[in-house]
Amino acid sequence: MEKFKFLQSTAVPLDIENVDTDQIIPARFLKATDKNGFGENLFRDWRFDKNGDANDSFVMNSEKYTGSILVAGNNFGCGSSREHAAWALNGYGFKVIVSSFFADIFKGNSLNNGLLPVQVSEVFLKELMTLIIKNSKTEIEIDLEAQSISVKDTGLAEFFEIDSYKKRCLIEGYDDIDYLISKKEMIKQFELSRP
Amino acid sequence: MTKTLFDKVWDSHVIDTIEDGPQILYIDQHLIHEVTSPQAFNELEERAIPIFRPKQVMATADHNTPTINQHLPIKDELSRNQLNQLSINCDKNGITLYDLGHKYNGIVHVISPELGITQPGMTIVCGDSHTSTHGAFGAIAFGIGTSQVAQVFASQCLLLSKPKSLRITVNGKLKNGALPKDVILYIISKLGTNAGTGYFCEYAGDVFRNMSMEGRMTVCNMSIEMGARGGMVAPDETTFNYLKGREFAPKESVFDKKINNWKTLASDEGAVFDKEYFFDASDIEPMITYGTNPGMGIKVSEKIPKVNDASFQKSLAYMGFQQGESLIGKPINYVFIGSCTNSRIEDFRIAANYVKGKKKADNVTAWLVPGSRLVASQIIDEGLKHIFDAAGFKLRQPGCSACLAMNDDKIPQGEYCVSTSNRNFEGRQGQGARTILSGPLVAAATAIEGKIIDLFKTRN
Repeated sequence: MEKFKFLQSTAVPLDIENVDTDQIIPARFLKATDKNGFGENLFRDWRFDKNGDANDSFVMNSEKYTGSILVAGNNFGCGSSREHAAWALNGYGFKVIVSSFFADIFKGNSLNNGLLPVQVSEVFLKELMTLIIKNSKTEIEIDLEAQSISVKDTGLAEFFEIDSYKKRCLIEGYDDIDYLISKKEMIKQFELSRP
Repeated sequence: MTKTLFDKVWDSHVIDTIEDGPQILYIDQHLIHEVTSPQAFNELEERAIPIFRPKQVMATADHNTPTINQHLPIKDELSRNQLNQLSINCDKNGITLYDLGHKYNGIVHVISPELGITQPGMTIVCGDSHTSTHGAFGAIAFGIGTSQVAQVFASQCLLLSKPKSLRITVNGKLKNGALPKDVILYIISKLGTNAGTGYFCEYAGDVFRNMSMEGRMTVCNMSIEMGARGGMVAPDETTFNYLKGREFAPKESVFDKKINNWKTLASDEGAVFDKEYFFDASDIEPMITYGTNPGMGIKVSEKIPKVNDASFQKSLAYMGFQQGESLIGKPINYVFIGSCTNSRIEDFRIAANYVKGKKKADNVTAWLVPGSRLVASQIIDEGLKHIFDAAGFKLRQPGCSACLAMNDDKIPQGEYCVSTSNRNFEGRQGQGARTILSGPLVAAATAIEGKIIDLFKTRN
């Protein structure tokens, strides 16, 4: 897994609540047997119409907004457990998703793929969203070690929570499999101890 | 110290706790399907890690399978490839696969219970969010991502922080015509789609106590739609009677011994939950959804609420509905009875009972998709197929089908579908399709009338 420590970037504002994983990556694109290429179909049915033409009113089709941070409305990633959603966001080039609330499975999937979900307060999200929409050049800093998100030159900043184990995994770039395999003897002992 | 049902099952599966971090949770049963497993198999192969406990994995093909002509090669190359890959991966690793055409094939959350693989007190995971279904047996069952599928392959364990506990109690007697699906749609309409996030939910009270196992599965299935990772019902005589004699359920004296243990799983008197909700059964009526998440539900007899909120209005615009209007009388051209929520025999009995002697409206395409080959056989054996055939319904072959429209079972752009599935997200049943969630009775009535009706009025 790619390491993550610090990121400074502009952001794309997706001011929609309850973005579900069927919107992030529709089911008809889940037929692949590897993790590549999902980025092309990220938010497919919002980005493109049925004929494949770009939908100009969708924020990701605006040249104004770029960057590797997606700032989204409350309850991001609800619905299906498909990890393809995290692969699609990663594949498109996002490294951080900011929202005031994340669905459980999506959050876990993101962390397992080096995609950092940053959960902020609703007040902070609102201010951040307004700033980005008004000025697309707004630079945001994410410092994982300090667990802080801040907007350059504005003083707007907030501390965010993250499981300390997951934080270490991201900073050092290792995953749960490495850890679990190191515990195999303990797992075998547990199996033997069961009635 | 008093413990909840969830505590008892969880705590007995914890192997170790990382300081200031997650716990190592042992997984008894791993269920896999073609869509969320191939990348996990690849990962293990690339890292030269063997599957640790292949006998504790069961595989089926369901998400991406056609529901007609299953004996023929699959036309879509990508779907065919995904199914072939599952078959190769299972062969290579000694995993039991109930492939397309096998007598046990069907939707993973239908076949595992009906084969007796799902049992009380177990930990069960699957790369599918509706794994919560199995909680109906008093198991801890939840959906996982593909990285976690790989973790379970490698170690039969997951690293997890223990979720908080939530109890939803519904006491009283359900009215005639209010079904388990209506109960869960009602609860989600009251609590919203993220009230359960971070929690594991126990369903308690008269309504769930008096509910069949299939009904409990319908309820637990949709726990994820209010954000909860899983839902559970304490095992009781209904559970034991359901399990007894099933293919992979314990037999004879072992079964009796197991029952003694399963009886101890119920939440202790006075056990404390982090959050509790109470509802009155007499307020529950047949439900339908009007928006693009499962929390946007109303009683069939109610009007769409008026809410001044951009996301709400975006949702209504997609559905083509107005605030404050009733859905009664809305013409509907598609009806789908199926999915891991409502594709068991009781669902088809309810539909058949209503449909008997009637004819489907000419404007309606009605798809009935059983959850498994065994359910399909039951539909035929009980004579329900005749009733459906005579009414003009199409009985198809098992699979996830139009619930997520990965195969060819898609609802056309702009069309409404009254569907017994679990999600009404934009485009869920096909690009531009508009889903109205309901139970099997409302769905059957819609197919007969060609529009939404309030059949509840005449029943109570």
